[in-house]
Amino acid sequence: MAELSFTEEELKEIEQLKAKFPTAKAATLQVLWVAQRKYGHVEPEVQNLVAETLDVPKSHVHGVASFYTQYYKEEKGKFVLDVCTCLSCQLCGGYDILHHLEEKLGIEAGETTDDGMFSIQSVECLGACGYAPMLQVTNGVYVNNLTKEKVDTLIDNL
Amino acid sequence: MAQDWKSFEPLLIPDIPNLQQIEVYEGNGGYDALKKILNDQNEWSRDNVVNEVKQANIRGRGGAGFNAGLKWSFMPDPDGGPRYLACNGDESEPGTFKDRKIFEFNPHLFIEGALIAAYAMTIDTIYVYIRGEYISWVEKFQKAVDDAYEKGYLGENIMGTDISIDLEVTYGAGAYICGEETSMLESLEGKRGYPRVKPPFPAQKGLWGRPTTINNIETLANVPLVINNGAQWYSDLGAEEHPGPVLYGISGHVNQPGVYEYPTGVPVLELINDVAGGIRGGKDLKALIPGGSSTPVLRADQLEGVTMNSDSLKDAGSMMGTAGMVVMDEDTDMVDVLWRIAHFYHHESCGQCTPCREGTGWLEKVLLKIKNGEGEMKDLDLLLDVGNQMEGRTICALADAAVWPVRHTINRFRDEFEARCKKSTHAVA
Ligand SMILES: NC(=O)C1=CN([C@@H]2O[C@H](COP(=O)(O)OP(=O)(O)OC[C@H]3O[C@@H](n4cnc5c(N)ncnc54)[C@H](O)[C@@H]3O)[C@@H](O)[C@H]2O)C=CC1
Ligand SMILES: Cc1cc2nc3c(=O)[nH]c(=O)nc-3n(C[C@H](O)[C@H](O)[C@H](O)COP(=O)(O)O)c2cc1C
Ligand code: SF4
Ligand code: FES
Repeated sequence: MAELSFTEEELKEIEQLKAKFPTAKAATLQVLWVAQRKYGHVEPEVQNLVAETLDVPKSHVHGVASFYTQYYKEEKGKFVLDVCTCLSCQLCGGYDILHHLEEKLGIEAGETTDDGMFSIQSVECLGACGYAPMLQVTNGVYVNNLTKEKVDTLIDNL
Repeated sequence: MAQDWKSFEPLLIPDIPNLQQIEVYEGNGGYDALKKILNDQNEWSRDNVVNEVKQANIRGRGGAGFNAGLKWSFMPDPDGGPRYLACNGDESEPGTFKDRKIFEFNPHLFIEGALIAAYAMTIDTIYVYIRGEYISWVEKFQKAVDDAYEKGYLGENIMGTDISIDLEVTYGAGAYICGEETSMLESLEGKRGYPRVKPPFPAQKGLWGRPTTINNIETLANVPLVINNGAQWYSDLGAEEHPGPVLYGISGHVNQPGVYEYPTGVPVLELINDVAGGIRGGKDLKALIPGGSSTPVLRADQLEGVTMNSDSLKDAGSMMGTAGMVVMDEDTDMVDVLWRIAHFYHHESCGQCTPCREGTGWLEKVLLKIKNGEGEMKDLDLLLDVGNQMEGRTICALADAAVWPVRHTINRFRDEFEARCKKSTHAVA
């Protein structure tokens, strides 16, 4: 990988994030988010960039990146489908949705399709229990009240 | 109150279109409570505000039910250094999905409540920590904060007074444990979310070692109601020992799942049948988890006469928690459900304490064995025993929260667990 760096604009954003807190270290989670939005993941070299930018130890950033599940420690598919299978979603067919996706895309939860388009993950409660079963697309949009048909349409439209 | 609860008009999330817009909020009496206080700081001294809120008895809506005003009174006297209010919007307890409604539909009520809290405790910096998955709600909420700054409710010299308070919005990156208050403080400091040993309580040593109070989003949204209408009015709403409006999140096998606002003390069965439209497919009710996954499950036959408030639920053998009610119909496999809950706590244990790290692993493993039809009768006792070894021996309450569902689900559905073990390939002939 070529030498990684943040653009002027990103550095400005990072300064604003740092200004929220009395220490630079406190901005670690937020700057990891900036990095993940840019590179699509926070592999070790991206973590190092974050550490250098904030002037905090690399070991600190590694520790934080590995603790939180939303940071992708390796490259994922273009679309990451986080299917909730937790309590309320389990009761309302969350596992059926997960298995339908696995069959449709020919991969298992935790894997990525060969063309790099989709990753599937089985995740814990996303705070949408009243709209179960549901999934989240790449840490962003929630898709609620899923049926197999709705999943098919979603995949076709992505 | 018991009879007329159905005619209750929502206060936290009233049915007013576009209330999230600051002008609409202002047009409906919004920020009046803050004005009332700041315009008459003699009448509404800091101590008087704390006392009023304490009298009202707003029980913490984050799940532990601690009196908010009482907690505020634990803050030491100001010494000139920084002091913080950390607002808990991490909302990750399975079955809980109510704080996001406030971010979406009535963010200014919460901002106003947080400002009053900050004033009362001589705090000049508020942090709002929202779970990372709620990024869409973070953006919505940030808009409300920007508007409040623009209108002079936040920032320097609020409404021309000598009071200055800042509010910073930040968010996590996926970790249930960061909802535990001291874990949230670690995360706000930019670290892994390892809970801290209490005491010292955050009021003594919180963010960056400074006095800090932590409150849930819904708890703070109740504060303007108290200032506008008085502690007496508030404490007369709902159940006596656990008053006020509450956001009931109802999910699982009901016809109309959702978040519904009513006073505390509503009969559980009426919430399920009248509010949430009853059980799907005309089936019978089997069980209810009343307040998020950590609160003990109750069998349908234990629910007669039970109301949603701490005393009644305690008598029934459970807890109010977050009022996230998970409803299960007659076809529910309790072994599967309990295994999934155990999987959750194992996945979310931060691993700091051996009893929790190892114990949650054991609970999940043994339950998986039973679920797969390979369990033996003695495994049930093993589960209860592992639970006893974990409870009360850890830094935070996650371990307890993992144990309670195991203990109570097995005890209350023992037949179902035994039947699964007896049928198993490993059953002793
Ligand atoms: N909203 C959600 O998504 C979740 C909520 N929970 C709830 O969290 C609850 C457990 O929370 P904890 O904070 O561990 O409960 P806790 O009972 O230890 O504390 C409750 C609050 O009172 C304060 N407090 C208690 N005793 C105090 C004292 N002597 N001096 C000063 N302050 C004191 C604590 O600092 C805390 O803010 C569970 O009952 C569960 O329902 C659990 C998981 C997720
Ligand atoms: C494992 C664990 C997770 C928690 N998660 C949350 C949470 O997501 N949101 C919340 O408000 N409180 C949560 N709590 C409770 C907090 O520790 C704390 O009691 C609460 O935020 C205080 O606010 P309140 O008194 O206004 O309820 C959690 C507690 C534990 C033990
Ligand atoms: S009880 Fe569990 S989650 Fe809490 S600090 Fe200990 S290991 Fe971490
Ligand atoms: S259990 Fe799936 S969103 Fe809560």
